[in-house]
Amino acid sequence: MASFAFELVSPERLLLSEPATEVTVPGVEGEFTVMAQHAPFITVLKPGIVRIKLASGTEQAIYVRGGFAEVNPDGLTILADFALPAAELNGEAFARETAAFEAALGHAHSDEAKRRAQERLAWLNDLKASQSAAAH
Amino acid sequence: MASLKDLRNRIASVKATQKITKAMQMVAAAKLRRAQTAAEAARPYAERMDRVLANLASGMKDSPEAPRLLRGTGSDQKHLLLVATAERGLAGAFNSSIARLARQHAERLIAEGKDVTILPVGRKGADVLRRYFAKRLQPTIDLREVKQVGFANAEAIATTVLDKFEAGEFDVCTLFFSRFRSVILQIPTAQQIIPAQLPEGTSAPAVPYEFEPDEAEILADLLPKNVAIQIFRALLENAASEQGARMSAMDNATRNAGDMIKKLTMNYNRTRQAQITKELIEIISGAEAL
Repeated sequence: MASFAFELVSPERLLLSEPATEVTVPGVEGEFTVMAQHAPFITVLKPGIVRIKLASGTEQAIYVRGGFAEVNPDGLTILADFALPAAELNGEAFARETAAFEAALGHAHSDEAKRRAQERLAWLNDLKASQSAAAH
Repeated sequence: MASLKDLRNRIASVKATQKITKAMQMVAAAKLRRAQTAAEAARPYAERMDRVLANLASGMKDSPEAPRLLRGTGSDQKHLLLVATAERGLAGAFNSSIARLARQHAERLIAEGKDVTILPVGRKGADVLRRYFAKRLQPTIDLREVKQVGFANAEAIATTVLDKFEAGEFDVCTLFFSRFRSVILQIPTAQQIIPAQLPEGTSAPAVPYEFEPDEAEILADLLPKNVAIQIFRALLENAASEQGARMSAMDNATRNAGDMIKKLTMNYNRTRQAQITKELIEIISGAEAL
């Protein structure tokens, strides 16, 4: 299967830079899957899980708090605000994430920004619900 | 002429100082390595952010729909100077050179009749600037408790700045910090962060991108983040510069102490010999007198 360059970076460091064959990304307007030869594309991310199939055959799932994804002819770059292996996403991590989003909501100035912050909080709750459903 | 005892004390005290400066130099060298690694690790994100921003913003710059963080408020009357310095001194000219650059900038703006407020990050710069601009100074953002600057620190500062921007407290924000070139060279730098400066050589992207949601909305998300990233980058550069400056300052101090010890020891030996000679003369002339 054709692979493309995949990079996951957080403000503090480069987390992953490896060829991948298939990456599912939580975009604000729905999840989408990037494969080789995807059209150039920039989107905002919602809090969710990025699922990566590496060219080496292993699969990874990583939680991102939000950020941006850029698909260019060379590959896919995800700029994550904060990233955590999905396996470590427990009750404690959810509580911390919720606190972070509520703080952001408190700092929202315009109605537009407030709406976005609320939307994000709702997405996080959805994710939490789906995670705990999967656990049972 | 100083007595032998005085000289001995002097030599002992300079030696003690030399031990301290030597230790500080080694600590700075170790911290510098860590700061440099952190700065390097943060580079990929900033680079990609620049690229995405360039792709997005080149087409939006002059459009009236562009967010205010990119377009500006339409005025440049009120300026906020964000001055990032260290929390500790004994780092050569590190703190004073950043403060001097900020002061010159502020004085120029004031002479042009602009309103200037200063938001210091780090105690040392605040101490210097308070002497000149006490009335224009805002409460210092203190990073004394922070061992290793993380993105969260930068984000907190960015939130403060953005709150002020939304409240209409300023039109233009300039960030002052020291760019790290090498251990002996750190360049105090002024960088305008609001309205956003596009990276050099920005042109329309070669490939047309699709955007989801539209450009304006992505920009509304991206620009505040970019402010945080620019601040983060400045803090990391500053951390590396501070340790570099301290390392070379302490290296100089150690060398100076060494020179001083050499001179004092020479002086001490001469004085001792002179005293012995004097005593001998006294004994001989006493014996001759008999």
